[in-house]
Amino acid sequence: MKGRVLAADAGELTLLADGHVQRFDEVAGACRPGDLVALHLSPGGGWQVEVVFAHPTGEFPGPGSDAMSFARGRFATLRRRAELLDRTRGWFRERGFLEVETPLLVESPGTEVHLDPVPARLTPGPNAEPEPRWLITSPELHMKRLLSAGAPPIFQLARVFRDGERGGRHRPEFTMLEWYRPWAGYEALMDDCEGWIRALAGGDRLTYQGRAIDLTPPWPRVRFFDALRERADVVEPERLDPDQQLLAFVDRVERTLGVDRPEFLVEWPITMASLARPAPHDPRVAERFELFIAELELANAFGELTDAAEQRRRCLDENAERRAHGRPELPVDEAFLAALEEGMPPSAGIAVGVDRVVMLLTDAASIDEVVAF
Amino acid sequence: MYQTSDIKKGLKFKMDGAPWNVVEFQFVKPGKGTAFTRTKMKNLLTGQVVEKNFRTGETFEPVDVETRSANYMYQDADMFFFMDGETYEQFPVTEAAMGDNAKWLVDNMECNILFYEGRAITVDVPNFVELEITYCEPAVKGDTANNATKTATLATGATVQVPLFVEQNTVIKIDTRTGEYQGRVSK
Repeated sequence: MKGRVLAADAGELTLLADGHVQRFDEVAGACRPGDLVALHLSPGGGWQVEVVFAHPTGEFPGPGSDAMSFARGRFATLRRRAELLDRTRGWFRERGFLEVETPLLVESPGTEVHLDPVPARLTPGPNAEPEPRWLITSPELHMKRLLSAGAPPIFQLARVFRDGERGGRHRPEFTMLEWYRPWAGYEALMDDCEGWIRALAGGDRLTYQGRAIDLTPPWPRVRFFDALRERADVVEPERLDPDQQLLAFVDRVERTLGVDRPEFLVEWPITMASLARPAPHDPRVAERFELFIAELELANAFGELTDAAEQRRRCLDENAERRAHGRPELPVDEAFLAALEEGMPPSAGIAVGVDRVVMLLTDAASIDEVVAF
Repeated sequence: MYQTSDIKKGLKFKMDGAPWNVVEFQFVKPGKGTAFTRTKMKNLLTGQVVEKNFRTGETFEPVDVETRSANYMYQDADMFFFMDGETYEQFPVTEAAMGDNAKWLVDNMECNILFYEGRAITVDVPNFVELEITYCEPAVKGDTANNATKTATLATGATVQVPLFVEQNTVIKIDTRTGEYQGRVSK
């Protein structure tokens, strides 16, 4: 047995070995925390310790150190994460999706009002002047350009960046899964979610943070305004201003979503349409849904807006609102708008926070537990 | 003034005339909208825990509280008596203020006590304590690499999980914040 000493006292040794914490009793020989050691079975029983590398101070691991978090079982989670990513790729490939990679460093990161892209500078060639760039907050604009260019169904696992977003479920750098179905309605994406998540869970039951979740499809679909009426006791939610709608949602609806079954929150107010098209049956709402399981906001999906003029209007409105909020305006993505002008097939697209899906399936309370660093 | 970005576990602030301590907080940003800080906070006077969503940009008033170091002396009915290490002043702490930490208390233990307007309202015991096991199942010798544990009762009556090879009457070190076994104490 070989590994790193976490604690050594009174013939008792705690070792981080092969990604697991293991305890040994009746250990002979001297070593200190932090040492790399080999344990050999003694002929008379017990263990003989051989120090392979002596830690410079013997003060190891420090509280909050990487080694401490790995000692507490991070490797098991990382193995499971790798498995889930493999199975995700397999699931989409089997259904005819093409895996794509699009730029992370872009000239226009989108104009969303409440997202702050991380700025960068790029020198585009030898002796050229440096130019502003941004890290993407989502690969959506480039993926839609692929749809306009005639792509089949596509998916991507991408790192995305959102400045200032940090919490138990947020990291400024995280992994996003996006997939797009050309010539399909957004209902098809709900079927995909049900199939994919159940394939990852390996069944129709899972437990998250002590709560049993029933994954049997079909998963309930709840309209945004109905949820405000039924769960937040708002009489006419359609008449609230968008800020009040969002506050009522955060205060009284969000915590009720997906508590014992996954729920799709569908038909968002048109003021929160983002890049979704208006619903044909009701212009007050957009073809947008979010998937919640155990209160975790896992996915955001749109019946994609393909109207170039309307898209340009929204980008300009968003920049005006950014200005009003004291946020810098961002360049409108002309290549994306040009692709819409050339015609993008009616399509449905979805973005999933992969780290949160891993949290759900490894029963991790915090996003920090499911990433290596 | 504090901002929402200052909110962290243990931040104390004043709101509606009472001192509050942040127990848990979560950054929430649903639907690509404005960010909120969902804050679970404890009223330090009543112990009441409430949840509130603060919108990014809201501010909070700092609160004047004082921490004093004192040694535990004895318990009388539902009061715990401590002595200030510097002034030798003795004072009582209520059961409510003592909370769960009562299970780690031994004579003369040095604790940090939080005062609000002259009244002891919470007690922090040391992060690590060394206590003797007064009862546990007999030890199992040898390689116990698979992390199996058993329940041990300590001198103060607290119970903790310990590895199978640990014997009764051994003194062990415990992390009071998690209640986890840290190791045997060499004699």
